[in-house]
Amino acid sequence: MRLQTNTSLALFSVLEFARDPTRHIPASEIAEKYSVSPHHLAKVLSELARAGIVESVRGVGGGYRFAANPKRVTLMDVIQLFEDLGPTVTERNEGKEVAAVERALAAVLSEIDELARATFSSITLSTMLRLVERQQGAPASPHQDKAT
Amino acid sequence: MAKSSSGRKPEAARDAIAVRPAKRTDLDQVIAIDAAVTGIEKQDYWRTVFRRYSVPGEHQRQFLVAVAERRVVGYVIGEVRDWEFGSPPCGWVFAINVDPQVRLAGIGTRLLQTLAASFRCAGVRKMRTMLARENTLILSFFRSQGMMAGSLIPLEMDLEGP
Repeated sequence: MRLQTNTSLALFSVLEFARDPTRHIPASEIAEKYSVSPHHLAKVLSELARAGIVESVRGVGGGYRFAANPKRVTLMDVIQLFEDLGPTVTERNEGKEVAAVERALAAVLSEIDELARATFSSITLSTMLRLVERQQGAPASPHQDKAT
Repeated sequence: MAKSSSGRKPEAARDAIAVRPAKRTDLDQVIAIDAAVTGIEKQDYWRTVFRRYSVPGEHQRQFLVAVAERRVVGYVIGEVRDWEFGSPPCGWVFAINVDPQVRLAGIGTRLLQTLAASFRCAGVRKMRTMLARENTLILSFFRSQGMMAGSLIPLEMDLEGP
């Protein structure tokens, strides 16, 4: 499953904020860290603030800070703000046989979607932060070796 | 924040929790916790489970309860299964539940850790479980304990006909 750029950016940002909920992080710091335009990031952070996951802090040293419970907010709570999680196959009604193929394909794709939803819904930000810590302590995977 | 029925905060009660093998006299409280969570009371089922899983000195099968102030507040059931689905021996967690009144106090974690230690004593190095994907509460609990999707995929079908 491939997440849209905004979704990935939202997840990176939320994890940055949740790692230290007391810290105000300027948007520019996150933009620089993940090499994205501050303008683009501002839209994402604004959406996260509307959902009550982060809140803006004004004044010197301002920016955003975490405003939710990391043991309650799941990856799904963040992802559904940016992704359309509706059916992936649209029926075109081009004859009985085509419709049957489309329905069969929709059933298979919906199986994958349901698994993805269950996975995202069961992983809280707290659990995700522990996974990140474990990855930091773990040796690079073969896939990571190839990438570097 | 959840509190125990005695009004003590879970953090305060955590130290007083003991995990031990289930006794026959615990069954009514186990049945009550299961009924509170699932909405179905299963007397016969639990007596069968007790006979099968409460074997003194046995590491292969475990039926453990968490006790606080002489009251059963949770349970876990597990078993080491050999070469099922072509897999080397591993420990299966069949059931885990904590009294909804005393959740968020680390009782589930204590139960699972004790079961895992028992599995290690039995010589296995992998623990598995399976649950409905709609059960996000327990799924999140297992995830928080470090569990990830495994190598097995469950499949099922409806059997048609009379």
